[in-house]
Amino acid sequence: MPEIRVTPLGAGQDVGRSCILVSIGGKNVMLDCGMHMGFNDDRRFPDFSYITRNGRLTDFLDCVIISHFHLDHCGALPYFSEMVGYDGPIYMTHPTQAICPILLEDYRKIAVDKKGEANFFTSQMIKDCMKKVVAVHLHQTVQVDDELEIKAYYAGHVLGAAMFQIKVGSESVVYTGDYNMTPDRHLGAAWIDKCRPNLLITESTYATTIRDSKRCRERDFLKKVHEAVERGGKVLIPVFALGRAQELCILLETFWERMNLKAPIYFSTGLTEKANHYYKLFITWTNQKIRKTFVQRNMFEFKHIKAFDRAFADNPGPMVIMPGYCVQGTVGHKILSGQRKLEMEGRQVLEVKMQVEYMSFSAHADAKGIMQLVGQAEPESVLLVHGEAKKMEFLKQKIEQEFRVSCYMPANGETVTLPTSPSIPVGISLGLLKREMAQGLLPDAKKPRLLHGTLIMKDSNFRLVSSEQALKELGLAEHQLRFTCRVHLHDPRKEQETAMRVYSHLKSVLKEHCVQHLPDGSVTVESILIQAAAHSEDPGTKVLLVSWTYQDEELGSHLTSLLKKGLPQAAS
Amino acid sequence: MAAHLKKRVYEEFTKVVQQQQEEIATKKLRLTKPSKSAALHIDLCKATSPADALQYLLQFARKPVEAESVEGVVRILLEHYYKENDPSVRLKIASLLGLLSKTAGFSPDCIMDDAINILQNEKSHQVLAQLLDTLLAIGTKLPENQAIQMRLVDVACKHLTDTSHGVRNKCLQLLGNLGSLEKSVTKDGEGLAVRDVQKIIGDYFSDQDPRVRTAAIKAMLQLHERGLKLHQTIYNQACKLLSDDYEQVRSAAVQLIWVVSQLYPESIVPIPSSNEEIRLVDDAFGKICHMVSDGSWVVRVQAAKLLGSMEQVSSHFLEQTLDKKLMSDLRRKRTAHERAKELYSSGEFSSGRKWGDDAPKEEIDTGAVNLIESGACGAFVHGLEDEMYEVRIAAVEALCMLAQSSPSFAEKCLDFLVDMFNDEIEEVRLQSIHTMRKISNNITLREDQLDTVLAVLEDSSRDIREALHELLCCTNVSTKEGIHLALVELLKNLTKYPTDRDSIWKCLKFLGSRHPTLVLPLVPELLSTHPFFDTAEPDMDDPAYIAVLVLIFNAAKTCPTMPALFSDHTFRHYAYLRDSLSHLVPALRLPGRKLVSSAVSANITPHEDPSHQFLQQSLERVYSLQHLDPQGTQELLELTIRDLQRLGELQSELAGVADFSATYLRCQLLLIKALQEKLWNVAAPLYLKQSDLASAAAKQIMEETYKMEFMYSGVENKQVVIIHHMRLQAKALQLIVTARTTRGVDPLFGMCEKFLQEVDFFQRCFIADLPHLQDSFVDKLLDLMPRLMTSKPVEVVKIVQTMLRQSTFLHLPLPEQIHKASATIIEPAGESDNPLRFTSGLVVALDVDATLEHVQDPQSTVKVQVLYPDGQAQMIHPKPADFRNPGPGRHRLITQVYLSHTAWTEPCQVEVRLLLAYNSNSRIPKSPWIEGGEVSSQVETSIEGTIPFSKSVKVYIMPKPARR
Repeated sequence: MPEIRVTPLGAGQDVGRSCILVSIGGKNVMLDCGMHMGFNDDRRFPDFSYITRNGRLTDFLDCVIISHFHLDHCGALPYFSEMVGYDGPIYMTHPTQAICPILLEDYRKIAVDKKGEANFFTSQMIKDCMKKVVAVHLHQTVQVDDELEIKAYYAGHVLGAAMFQIKVGSESVVYTGDYNMTPDRHLGAAWIDKCRPNLLITESTYATTIRDSKRCRERDFLKKVHEAVERGGKVLIPVFALGRAQELCILLETFWERMNLKAPIYFSTGLTEKANHYYKLFITWTNQKIRKTFVQRNMFEFKHIKAFDRAFADNPGPMVIMPGYCVQGTVGHKILSGQRKLEMEGRQVLEVKMQVEYMSFSAHADAKGIMQLVGQAEPESVLLVHGEAKKMEFLKQKIEQEFRVSCYMPANGETVTLPTSPSIPVGISLGLLKREMAQGLLPDAKKPRLLHGTLIMKDSNFRLVSSEQALKELGLAEHQLRFTCRVHLHDPRKEQETAMRVYSHLKSVLKEHCVQHLPDGSVTVESILIQAAAHSEDPGTKVLLVSWTYQDEELGSHLTSLLKKGLPQAAS
Repeated sequence: MAAHLKKRVYEEFTKVVQQQQEEIATKKLRLTKPSKSAALHIDLCKATSPADALQYLLQFARKPVEAESVEGVVRILLEHYYKENDPSVRLKIASLLGLLSKTAGFSPDCIMDDAINILQNEKSHQVLAQLLDTLLAIGTKLPENQAIQMRLVDVACKHLTDTSHGVRNKCLQLLGNLGSLEKSVTKDGEGLAVRDVQKIIGDYFSDQDPRVRTAAIKAMLQLHERGLKLHQTIYNQACKLLSDDYEQVRSAAVQLIWVVSQLYPESIVPIPSSNEEIRLVDDAFGKICHMVSDGSWVVRVQAAKLLGSMEQVSSHFLEQTLDKKLMSDLRRKRTAHERAKELYSSGEFSSGRKWGDDAPKEEIDTGAVNLIESGACGAFVHGLEDEMYEVRIAAVEALCMLAQSSPSFAEKCLDFLVDMFNDEIEEVRLQSIHTMRKISNNITLREDQLDTVLAVLEDSSRDIREALHELLCCTNVSTKEGIHLALVELLKNLTKYPTDRDSIWKCLKFLGSRHPTLVLPLVPELLSTHPFFDTAEPDMDDPAYIAVLVLIFNAAKTCPTMPALFSDHTFRHYAYLRDSLSHLVPALRLPGRKLVSSAVSANITPHEDPSHQFLQQSLERVYSLQHLDPQGTQELLELTIRDLQRLGELQSELAGVADFSATYLRCQLLLIKALQEKLWNVAAPLYLKQSDLASAAAKQIMEETYKMEFMYSGVENKQVVIIHHMRLQAKALQLIVTARTTRGVDPLFGMCEKFLQEVDFFQRCFIADLPHLQDSFVDKLLDLMPRLMTSKPVEVVKIVQTMLRQSTFLHLPLPEQIHKASATIIEPAGESDNPLRFTSGLVVALDVDATLEHVQDPQSTVKVQVLYPDGQAQMIHPKPADFRNPGPGRHRLITQVYLSHTAWTEPCQVEVRLLLAYNSNSRIPKSPWIEGGEVSSQVETSIEGTIPFSKSVKVYIMPKPARR
């Protein structure tokens, strides 16, 4: 029985460390290879020893697919490929390939330089790892080997985020990675065609949330910033995720442009600045507005936004600053967590006078979005990852209820086995098809049709041909198989008369068949022969000998059952 | 006289017929036409290979074929068709047959039999499809012939089972275009069963090929368009197609569902999986709403558009479209809109923000949440947030249409529309502002909404700001704080973008007159008056102060208690503004002052209106004098012209009529003056110089008549006749002046000829109006026409001169509605002392912004002229997209003019003005026998020219020499 097996090594009923193993049609694929933000020990990387204890991973995995450049989806990649050892292909989209090493390098720096960890992957390892990457385009079908093919779909979320369809024969799995169904200021919405996969593996971060319109959020945000700037204040916007920084940049930039504002906007140097170079290059991956504006100018060439320098901090007048993520323990983090008084070095106590506001600019699909995607792809079953167990429970129930498909939510290390019934393509010879077509009317989708032919299986290749051709090909002589059947009829009259009666009866019943009365007293219906003879013991009973070939089995059995019912009482 | 006239008219008729006979000469060409088919025949026989034949056919197809020779050509084509083995050639022949059968004046029923005949023997699917297309062309050409249609439908049904999708497509198309539903058609003797076309087409909704499915739906829609009533049964079939894999099928299915929902809005359909029933239109609405979140944007646009036109839908379904149940971690959350509303109703505004006010409230029963809404839930929320702006615009438009028909929905959708003001694409923002304006009579803006709306005033796009001003003109504001807020924001806008001045003033005018009671409590604050102290008098030239005053004065018009609050200088400023900005400041009843303008109450009809009567009387007076002494006539005319001009200035609604009449009188005056010249009494050679005056008068009359004809909208035919008559007189004047001043007969000969042609042309154009022109110049002239035609130029001139002197003054009937086209250039303002510097040889873009009033078809008529100091004039044709149409009769031209010149030594001024281009052909009524644009082939009557219709503005420029 063919089956698809899915084992999450990370992100099973959890957020972070996305890593899912899929076995499909005898091929093993690893989806994402992320790290976990919450741990600093071995648990931060997926447990690759699950795949194999000894021996190279390359022998067990056919390919690795990375959905996008966030660290919880690609953070363990150098560790996996260089330290554990994997030499097979790693697939990702072009923007991911470009931006991923920046993030990995940044991650390495924090882990090694700041936290002083030993036995961590090195810069060289990141470079070596990236050499194994094969970049794919959107909607490009990549043939990994003869049977395994993958295809990327647009996923929104961040620049270069993609959903992947993994296909072996007629079996397929779609892995969404992280995606966003509502378009934002620089990215479009996720889209997939009706590919009807056997299994859809979807993230479920917001399984129990339906979000408000993004317009209210944006309006509130812009209004708050605008008000603060008009009052002459400074605005600090800490942005964590890489893609979100660009989103806010575009949002502010267009607003500044529209409203003709002059206050400067700064973003932190380093990561955002570096990544922005790549945002300028991958315009095709952005949304309609940015793509259209590109004819005039590249919207990522900001007019009002500059990189920040510490020397600007005390500049008078309004400004907007976007620092990066506030790491735990920093002043920024303390302010964000709501402390009103800060203890500085030297027992100096500072009162926080700034206003703190929270705004959510998440780029994940909400419950409705997830349902929408499931509706678009029409999968046979759904598997939830990248979310909390309790929330998944709700979504699982909803999916099962509304789409009537089975839904799974395995924990890490738990394997889901999914039996499939793949369809097997069979080639039919044109001659046979035409002959069969000629017999009846047009093929009707609603009515199944019976077709006679011979199935030839040769080197895992199926063909349906007519029996004559099959015999010829295989060099076999034709054997004839005849069925004969005796039907006892109570009829005192002569054989000829009985035959005559049988003839007239069949003639009246089987109107669409050719019924003939041969001169030797026998009756033929098509190629079926009926002969009447007197019963050796009881002259009042006549024995009808019905004989037909195997090909006419259907008509033959029909005929016998007809004759067994007896002849109608003729008006003798 | 009349009998004489009639006779003459007939004479003219015969004359024209003669002219047509001349045209028969062109028919000689047609005699050669049959040779065309022969040529084709020869060509095709010559063709050795199919490729050759194809080439000949392609060449042949480029030339049109006359109706008479079509049949012959068709025969030859058919003959070749039978012989031809190559399918591509047959295909081309089939397509040619289709083209030929569309020829006007050719009845294609004769080739139908042949077409059907070859159809039966054809094997190639492509050729089959093309032949069916040909049949379709034939069928549509003969819509009345029932038998042929029946036959064609039969043929189509027969080929529906073809294996090629192309053939099935064409069959369905044929059925859609020709199939009839009428069962009453009697069956023919041949046993042609009347087919139920709908059922046949409906069967192909489940065809295996998506293209055929689409064609089937389209055919069904075609049936509907042809007025056949579709069965309700197809509704269910169409609903199934909504989940088709192919977008074109879904798109067509959405249309079909919409059509059915409009046909049977009230019938009841069951809801699957429950035993409830709902109205069909509601069900269809829900289904189309669902398609707003389809995977293909083409379908989404289609669905969003159609939603707008479903007006019969129940209100609770309608309101669902704006509802999206929010939740956070399974707890119900209120939308930002709901929160804003609540804040507002609890009386709390921006007074500090509460923490976590968006914290989720009550728990939700997990079973009750429906993530995939069956109905219309949140369709517009999705549509307005869509990725593609096409969908968003369609959704905004649909919202507008639905809100116009349902006030309660309008109230609800307001929040969403306001949100759209912040869209990233300007087109969407603009569209949503326009939408809001259209539904503004159904809504009142809450303060928080107003706040958001006003925030857009800072937008850097001029279109957006102006649209918003227009919106504010017709918005209802609920509180005095709202008015105050609006005023403050508008003043902010004014300081940020001073060019918006006029638009803002106008906006405040309406805002004031709409909300007098809300303005009243604000007056002391706005005028900054103090109960005890006199405050400083504000600067009268400050646009912001004027803006405030405009608001207050307009509010005071309907609020008599308001003037009591004014301080002294306010009254003085009122008097000043009333005079300088009379279009913005209304007449007020102020204590101790008499009304400046005569308050004409609206119920007086124009004819009872004293000023209108005055106009009529003064004109009557002029027309009644026929044989006054020249001196008296001139004086009276001058007096009347002055009166009319003053009247036009005072009464804006009569300005058009008064101006129009005054212009006419001025022409007459000029004519009379010219004829009074001494020139006529003295021997020709002596007065060469004085003749200048007469010829100048002639020229001016010409100009004035063109103005009269083309600068006024609402000019009717009877006025056009009089205008042309006046022009004819001017031409006559020109003729006689030239005759007197030039020597030699040769130039005169040509002029006479031309003049007579003009007269002839005039007569032919206005034959119907000639009876009204009794005793006029042209009337007398026509009487003598036969004589004129034969006499010598000198004689002609003599006759014309006496005619001109004897002719009477024609009465100009006043048109009902007449408006003078006018234009004001707002920008460049012409006040700047700083020259616009640019490098010589390069161009500089000058922004031109002008308002045009009562200009018909400005896209083709309005031009911008730039006059350089060296006399060089440049004419610029603005792009059609530069014209905006903010209201009926009004246009706005915002364009860029490129200036360039060689280097100057010092800055100098160029003049910019607007011109109205005209073409004298456009107004002339087509006489019945001059059809098909032959007018232009007559005498060169199509005179093109331009009339300046705006004040010119001076722009200071300075082309610098290029630096090396």
